[in-house]
Amino acid sequence: MSGRLTVFRPRLFPRMEIPTALLANAIIAGLLLGGFYAAVSVGVSISFGMLDVVNIAHPAFIILGSYIAYIVNDRLGFDPIVVSLALSPLFFLLGTAIYRVYYLCFERRGQESLRGLAFFFGILFITEVALVLVFGVDYRMVSTRYSDVTWRAGEVDFPMRLVVPFLVSMAMVVGVQLLLTRTFFGRAVLAVAQDQLALRLMGVNPVRVKELAFGLSIATAGVAGAFLIVIQPVQPAIGREFIGLAFAVCVLGGMGSIWGTLLGAFVLGIAESFTSTFFGPSWAPAVSFGLLLATLAFKPSGLLGR
Amino acid sequence: MAEALLEVRGVTKRFGGFTALEKVDFLVRPGERVGLIGPNGSGKSTLVNCIAGTLRNEEGSIRFEGRDIGGHPAHRRTRLGLARSFQIPKPFGSMTVLDNLCVPLLYAARTHEELARSRIVEEATHILEQVGLADRARAMSGGLTQVDMRKLELARAMAAKPKLLISDEAMAGLSASEVDDVLALLSGLKEQGVAVIMIEHVMRAVMKFSERIAVLVAGRKIADGDPQSVVGNAEVVRAYLGE
Amino acid sequence: MSNKAFAAVAFVVALALAVASQLITNEYFFTAGYTVLLFVILATAWNILGGYTGYVNFGSAAFFAIGAYTTVALYNAFKAPLAVMIVSGTLVAGLAGLGLGYLTLRLRGVFFAIASLALAVVLYVFVVNWDFVGGARGAYILQPREVPFGMPRYIHLIYSVQLLMAALALVVARATERSTLGRGLAAIRDDELAAECSGVPTLRLKIFSAMMSCALMGMAGTTFPYYLSYVEPSSAFSLSYAVNSIAMPLIGGMMSWIGPLIGAVLLGTVQQLVQVTVSSAWNLLIVGALLVLFVTLAPNGIMGWVEARRRRKEH
Repeated sequence: MSGRLTVFRPRLFPRMEIPTALLANAIIAGLLLGGFYAAVSVGVSISFGMLDVVNIAHPAFIILGSYIAYIVNDRLGFDPIVVSLALSPLFFLLGTAIYRVYYLCFERRGQESLRGLAFFFGILFITEVALVLVFGVDYRMVSTRYSDVTWRAGEVDFPMRLVVPFLVSMAMVVGVQLLLTRTFFGRAVLAVAQDQLALRLMGVNPVRVKELAFGLSIATAGVAGAFLIVIQPVQPAIGREFIGLAFAVCVLGGMGSIWGTLLGAFVLGIAESFTSTFFGPSWAPAVSFGLLLATLAFKPSGLLGR
Repeated sequence: MAEALLEVRGVTKRFGGFTALEKVDFLVRPGERVGLIGPNGSGKSTLVNCIAGTLRNEEGSIRFEGRDIGGHPAHRRTRLGLARSFQIPKPFGSMTVLDNLCVPLLYAARTHEELARSRIVEEATHILEQVGLADRARAMSGGLTQVDMRKLELARAMAAKPKLLISDEAMAGLSASEVDDVLALLSGLKEQGVAVIMIEHVMRAVMKFSERIAVLVAGRKIADGDPQSVVGNAEVVRAYLGE
Repeated sequence: MSNKAFAAVAFVVALALAVASQLITNEYFFTAGYTVLLFVILATAWNILGGYTGYVNFGSAAFFAIGAYTTVALYNAFKAPLAVMIVSGTLVAGLAGLGLGYLTLRLRGVFFAIASLALAVVLYVFVVNWDFVGGARGAYILQPREVPFGMPRYIHLIYSVQLLMAALALVVARATERSTLGRGLAAIRDDELAAECSGVPTLRLKIFSAMMSCALMGMAGTTFPYYLSYVEPSSAFSLSYAVNSIAMPLIGGMMSWIGPLIGAVLLGTVQQLVQVTVSSAWNLLIVGALLVLFVTLAPNGIMGWVEARRRRKEH
């Protein structure tokens, strides 16, 4: 396949006569897809929603995660998701390094709105082109023990290819939420968005907090990358499609709310699944933009917005 | 008694569950000099923002020259003759000091006053002379000292040719003689028929300047009257000195 | 120089260049020249919203493609004349910019940026699914056999038209910069709240500048289908347009119309050379790397550096 933007979206379930089964399948597939979208968006929810860092390069790190999982799986045969979890500290460090540069060059000088955005756009672009130079524009995929397994409950399909990422993603999102609400670090992250002065008075350096939190957000991107390549074949350019998606989910759910992000991801997953089922999969990428614009136009504070 | 220039009635503003202003009434007559005081967080800035249109009040009405301006965006209020300065200076950093004044002159003053395009620079220079920034006219505004930035902030509000000017802590950090300069400047506006609301922590300046003082505490107006009686008001003393 | 004088000079120079170029026999000159001019228009257009107003548009490719596909649609519908295509493509792209601006510019600035990026994806999906303009397969546009003004080949005409459109874009940008509108836009860029409180109708001005910027991008795309006689979605929506139209003003300098011009000519020429000598993928990597380097190390671009030197000499 050529260097196209289209995502290869395999039909998630076979054609069926009974509309109720079709409906049930569309809902289940949407929920499973939504679980994956939650993993894609949770990092953006942290960086954009809480730290006010508009990291549009987030999908680039997802795709990077996909390729790393792919290489390790290809060479050593390890499970991509296990690999990504094991390598998440590396992504975390990468994230802290990138935030450091961003802070020194843009945030500190108050130039984040224009030049900071251009910076992340440049990173997105460089990552994509570099991956094209190394791996070409062919779609890559991984095979796992569960790739071709599908559970059936009556008429409803549960493809393991989607179920496994869904379950790990849920664990990750809940973990992030617990980290943010139950620990001192988490409360510091929430305070960064609201009252930096209070943080300084407590002897906490807000820049350091943001650095760590940004590292966390990039770590989730690496794991989401592994989910992606388990779910579907990957090529460098498909990352862009997730920019609109991740930000749509964050805005839809309400900025800075992890539960909101989860809800937004499910809404989007189901909306896309229905669009694929009833209008054809080639229209699915348009759904996120439609939701994004509708949210911005009618309820900019999102579903669970503060 | 002259008709009110600005008439604020029952204005309430909430942020989430927090009530920043509660049923505030506030009146300014043409050419009047009013002081607005209150402890930190008492709602002074919120009130200014609601009057200027940078925040929307949930309840109550705001009338300017008899016209309900509650639904007007901020730029329309400025064009009607309601200008403000900002507590933290917000210069147009990429422009010279002179060009900073040209923005309100072009966009606000010209909408209610005859002002030929060719006279804009002349007018801007004149205002800079009034505030004592004439020698910095060609300097980039981003590189000004804090004191000069405060003067620029005031000058830019004046350049909108307002009927009511709201000065939000224009004197914080100024030396005693500079405070006197700014006071003289604001008092001079009265001769041009401009009413002024002065929000200030420098009590000496407020007392000297104001014909009337309103006191906000915890989002409510607790006193409003001539300076002497307000300072003698027991409730005001309690609010300021603590119980 | 007054706006009229500048416009006269710009169009005379463009015409003179167009005429002089006809003497060049190397066909490659026209293909390369067309691309560089395309970037001049895109960079200049982007800068009207990005540089003057301070709002980032990641959707240059989308608006460019709107121009290109308007041409394709009009060609398939009734073989409209080139002038009609240019005007229509410009208008449609301007309307799209107006719509996007109306929906998102009332919110935080970053939403416009994200929405513009998402718009590119959605329009791509739309075009891929629209058979009338060729869908995913792409569309063929036959160049007319007879070329006006006695030019030897159609690419000569397309190149000359592009020259004039680049001149137009520069004239519009410069006039905007020096007008009351330009001062209002600069005030928005520097401090939007202070601008609003100085009487600047910020929302209206932002939407207007978005519309103008997007219309010019669309204009740049209208001749594109004739350039290779073939358009497909992935070439019309190529992210390289988005990244170049941001990189060029940033590298040249965003404060005036000269910056994007310098950036586009410089970066456009370098890319043409790299494309011939190395490969187009490396080419894009270089643009991306230059973008990141300049934005971190020389945030005011080449013109900013020149300006700073001039100031230092004065003191």
